[in-house]
Amino acid sequence: MATTEAALILAPQFDDAEQQHDSDSLGMWVFLVTEVMFFGGLFAAYAVYRYLDFPAFVAASRRLSVTLGAINTAVLLTSSLTMALAVRAVQLGRRRELVYLLLATISLGAVFLGIKAYEYYDDYLHHLIPGSRFAFDGPFPARVEMFFVLYFFMTGLHAFHLIVGIIMVGIITFLAWRRRSVVQGTTQVELVGLYWHFIDLVWIFLYPMLYLVDIHR
Amino acid sequence: MSDAIVPLRTNFAVFGGLMVLLLATVGLARFDLGRGNLIVAMTIAAIKALLVLLYFMHLKYSHRLTWVVAVAGIIWLSLLLLLTLSDFTSRGWIDVPGK
Repeated sequence: MATTEAALILAPQFDDAEQQHDSDSLGMWVFLVTEVMFFGGLFAAYAVYRYLDFPAFVAASRRLSVTLGAINTAVLLTSSLTMALAVRAVQLGRRRELVYLLLATISLGAVFLGIKAYEYYDDYLHHLIPGSRFAFDGPFPARVEMFFVLYFFMTGLHAFHLIVGIIMVGIITFLAWRRRSVVQGTTQVELVGLYWHFIDLVWIFLYPMLYLVDIHR
Repeated sequence: MSDAIVPLRTNFAVFGGLMVLLLATVGLARFDLGRGNLIVAMTIAAIKALLVLLYFMHLKYSHRLTWVVAVAGIIWLSLLLLLTLSDFTSRGWIDVPGK
């Protein structure tokens, strides 16, 4: 942004602003790779249980709403678009556009969480939350319960990341809105954007894995 | 290098592609493709992920060092999944007592 460009602080270990920017970006990517491994453990657990108890996974997956899941996927993909456009806006120095696009991103994130919360509530009503009150009238209830352990763990961890993302985007929005020079150049918006898109990436895989297990049966 | 400004057209084209792929994954899941269902679903998810990585996350315009980090993540995740599954899926191939 033109107004904050002058206030850009160059840390002493960097030769120039470009090197600093590339370094910041690389650091964020390294962090995201650790996040891939963090979720990777759950993906591996899912793969093993899906292999061992496939019929139970098919039965359990039918209890989830394909439509709500698809709507939520669309909502999150749209939020990634607004985030990508926000990065573009900050690169072009359009502050007002940036603030609106970040607010749109936050709103879409909140819509996703709202739909997710409704799904959780529905699961609660149908006794699908693992624990002493879990009840499933179909075959293999214990194995179906395992699917729901994975379902709540994976979507819960994803939702937690989304909450963190909303808070981070919120902070950046506030700073950009108040023209605080803390938002230097484009780096902050780009990095929070990378985090947001990562959350989207996780969901892109979670949706078919959890909601679409052989739904044709 | 990583400051490339992605054109509006590209952003909307990627978004359109993602939406079409979402419809495709929901639509194709309705057909019985046997084991193909998993392959189709995961291939579509991988294409969607690639679109997000390359364009929304600017990987296409990023420093080559960023590519190394991103590919390392994919390789390590593949190792985790492949080695774990090669264990579980091959159990029982040989009838060994106390396996």
